[in-house]
Amino acid sequence: MAMSDRFLPLAHTPERATSETALTRAVLIAIALLFLAAVLFLPLVTVFMEALRKGWGTLFESFSDPDTLAAVRLTLIVAAIAVPFNAIVGLAASWAIAKFEFKGKNLLLTLIDLPFSISPVISGLVFVLLFGAQGWLGPWLVAHDIQIIFAVPGIVLATVLVTFPFVARELIPLMQSQGTSEEEAALMLGASGWYTFLHVTLPNVKWALLYGVLLCNARAMGEFGAVSVVSGHIRGLTNTMPLHIEILYNEYNFVGAFAVASLLACLALLTLLAKSLLEWRFSDELAATARRH
Amino acid sequence: MTFLPSSLRQPSALPGFGLALGFTLAALSLIVLIPLAALVLHAASIGPADFFKTASDPRTLAALRLSFGTALIAALINTVFGLLIAWVLVRYRFPGRRIIDAAVDLPFALPTAVAGIAMAAIYAPNGPIGSIAQSFGLKIAYTPLGIGVALVFIGLPFVVRTVQPVLEEVESDVEEASALLGASRLRTVFQVVLPHVYPALLTGFALAFARGVGEYGSVIFIAGNIPLVSEIAPLLIVIKLEEFDYGGATVIATLMLAISFATLFLINAVQGWSRTKYGNV
Repeated sequence: MAMSDRFLPLAHTPERATSETALTRAVLIAIALLFLAAVLFLPLVTVFMEALRKGWGTLFESFSDPDTLAAVRLTLIVAAIAVPFNAIVGLAASWAIAKFEFKGKNLLLTLIDLPFSISPVISGLVFVLLFGAQGWLGPWLVAHDIQIIFAVPGIVLATVLVTFPFVARELIPLMQSQGTSEEEAALMLGASGWYTFLHVTLPNVKWALLYGVLLCNARAMGEFGAVSVVSGHIRGLTNTMPLHIEILYNEYNFVGAFAVASLLACLALLTLLAKSLLEWRFSDELAATARRH
Repeated sequence: MTFLPSSLRQPSALPGFGLALGFTLAALSLIVLIPLAALVLHAASIGPADFFKTASDPRTLAALRLSFGTALIAALINTVFGLLIAWVLVRYRFPGRRIIDAAVDLPFALPTAVAGIAMAAIYAPNGPIGSIAQSFGLKIAYTPLGIGVALVFIGLPFVVRTVQPVLEEVESDVEEASALLGASRLRTVFQVVLPHVYPALLTGFALAFARGVGEYGSVIFIAGNIPLVSEIAPLLIVIKLEEFDYGGATVIATLMLAISFATLFLINAVQGWSRTKYGNV
């Protein structure tokens, strides 16, 4: 930059001293785009190309396989339980943490974030140690004929654990920045606590709630490691979509595996689209755009 | 309604503290804390001799070394390229920038198993990149190199998303001052702008590293899973569980958690030290 300045005539469009030369910029952009193309876009494109390798007919045929349909159904059921549960916990946690001052708040925040720093496999393992045949509660569960591990309840529990922090993390910083004055005004004017929460607090955080729910749902439907440990991989019964991908792939049914994968990839693209629309349109009402994570 | 003694919380006009905190603590305990306590208790109930036997097994050590080693290298690669991508996205304007910006989050949204089989197809010896590498005598899929590739995919958004907001907030007047005082652009970037970003970069590195150590879904398809060579620690836990060796699985899980938390603690300490040195940036 300093070098090129010296040799350029003054009439030339001045390079700003606080930016790089056009050439440097172009090279850096090119490196970044190439890296992203190789690391991010190539896998995404591959999913759809492999799914369509034998044409649309074979693709639709793979969707009509009863085991695939059962996997889709189970994934939807698990997400339908895990996501609302974590949304309610997220709202409760953010109400307590953002609207009140109490000792131990930082510890509580750390504990809520804990599932993010644990391997998904360990998140599944802990439930096997609790509820598995040789686990702490195993004999009692067997005696009462309750099955949690290798059954749907275990899959739901593992999914809830893995997706636990998503909604709370979106809501807490936003509600902290909004303070308590609007709620106090509502209460002074005679509104009840629930009325205040439903008509003052909730509208203020609705987009952030949706944002957290989107991310939570994407992870809940796509979770593999934790669910894999507790599922038992029983076809048609305890197989979620990601687990079904593994089974089909290991049977060398690549078109089938990539067909299910392409469904999940569409879900991921929809999630990204909705998330970006929220970020562009309601950036003031999201904590995420300030934190970008 | 008072859930905590008044000495532990400040008075507030808002209701519902007891209900909200009580519900949060109940859910947190049932879903997160009690299950994790079960792991710790199980580990404690294994005698030191048995614990040491699994912990010093060459297969365990190889798996731990592989998981932490590949996660470290992948996180370092992501630190370099994540910083570059964040820089390009924040500083430059080019067509398609917003779409590229949105696409950086793809690894957060794409299920790991989907990414895993896609990368296995790409880097396998008959895949588009794998075949090129093969002609140079390089094998990517089914080797530790393939694991690294998968972990680069998984960890990239952590670095970009932690660095981006900090980079956006660097004031241009420090750069102008530096340029006016005669520093070259390269020197301004490396000695004036980037020091502001280093703490965020370290955080991004730590997040990508922690995620890489525990990653399972995207790795197992491309890894080849050969014991002592390309078998990651999470997979060894799964194998032990399939053999109903709960003790063995617990030991490996405990070791992974201990090393992970020690690393994060160390990174936090470095973070604190750099804050006192560079100020809270």
